Amino acid sequence: VTAAPGPVIPQFGEGSSCETSNGWFCTDWVRVHWGDTLQPALIQHIELTLIAVGCGFAISLALALIALRFRPLDAPFGALSDLLYTIPSLAFFQLLVPLTGLTVTTVEIALISYTLLILYRNMIEGLRGVSADVLEAARGMGLTRTQTLLRVQLPLAVPTIVAALRIATVSTISIATVAALVLPRGLGHPIFIALEQDLFKTEILAAGGLAVALALCADALLALTQRALTPWNRRLA
Amino acid sequence: VNTFVDAFRFIAENLGLLLSKTGEHLMLSAVALGIAVVLALPLGLWLGHRHRGLFFATGVSTLGRALPSVVLIALGLTIFGFGFWNTSAALVVLAVPPILTNAYLAIDTVDRDVVEAARGMGMSDRQVLRDVELPLGLPLVIAGVRIAAVFVIATATIAAVAGGGGLGEIIVNQASYGLAGVVGASLWVSGLALLAGFGLELLRRALMYGPRDATERVGSQ
Repeated sequence: VTAAPGPVIPQFGEGSSCETSNGWFCTDWVRVHWGDTLQPALIQHIELTLIAVGCGFAISLALALIALRFRPLDAPFGALSDLLYTIPSLAFFQLLVPLTGLTVTTVEIALISYTLLILYRNMIEGLRGVSADVLEAARGMGLTRTQTLLRVQLPLAVPTIVAALRIATVSTISIATVAALVLPRGLGHPIFIALEQDLFKTEILAAGGLAVALALCADALLALTQRALTPWNRRLA
Repeated sequence: VNTFVDAFRFIAENLGLLLSKTGEHLMLSAVALGIAVVLALPLGLWLGHRHRGLFFATGVSTLGRALPSVVLIALGLTIFGFGFWNTSAALVVLAVPPILTNAYLAIDTVDRDVVEAARGMGMSDRQVLRDVELPLGLPLVIAGVRIAAVFVIATATIAAVAGGGGLGEIIVNQASYGLAGVVGASLWVSGLALLAGFGLELLRRALMYGPRDATERVGSQ
């Protein structure tokens, strides 16, 4: 065990007895380094996730609406998103590096790609899942195709779409930790630093715990949103 | 773009290295997947058969998704130290949720009328599960194993950070192999994951019972 310089790095031999002996969870370290390590990482992580899920949502919705109208495009879109999802995250980040460099763009392209499969599949399924009788009734009421989509199909697809958003958000938060291997941002960064610094357990547990807590909070928040959006169907929430 | 040309040259020149790393990689993945199947499959099938534990099954899958692989591997390191078993343990934890949840859903969503009819014919509990529910739910069960397999192969790459060996060792070691090596190994491992996913997808299709549409509708509920 050697001493290492820098504010982020645990100072073995200097800190409290818990830090010196690399105890399981040193609350004093967390208190001291919340401001300079954990909080910025958490905020960066939330940013990475919001951008990825937001863009992924927009792209998937566009693709789903296109595929809904032009059915032959469904199979290629599905296959493409399937293909992107299968590429291991670490390899995906590295494959993009020669093209887009060690930038946020690289990380976001990969993260967005991973959300596409989950979001696109569920959107298509939700929009198509509206029963023929309901569509017939909408047409009988004189609704145009666009009106049917906006007032009937989309609201009825909300539970499926939000379910997909929950899965996509939770997975993105998890995958974003790997991104720290190419870009020192997000909660993965302190974890990799701790791995290099003689496996400093407190930092691994604190940053990892924050990532899990963030994912579970986001999941709960989206579940509540769905309840609010679909008052007619409380049972499905 | 030039980097990709170099990457392919790296693959061509280091085929032996890549193949031996692939061996390690597959060994690690297969062991982890095997343990996960043995642990999760019976439990998922049984819960689905009893139609109990929906909250448990979905909770496990959310938690499994929320646990970052990096954290799991880092924790495995602190508990078991560097090496094969640390990585395997982390990979097993990752592989269990999709297998468990899909096995549960596969059995739980089998048409109740069919199950009722089987019981009416005098089938025992075990026979219902083995001869009716399992064959009908098999495509979805395999789909779960497929997701888990792709996950495991992908995460085994990250395991290199923890000294787990495998193809990730090349990817995280740019100092020794250069960018061409990193990109080459990334391409290689992507191909491996795609191949595994494709293979299990073929298996799932081959095992599908009855008209394809009907089975898929069961699977998507």
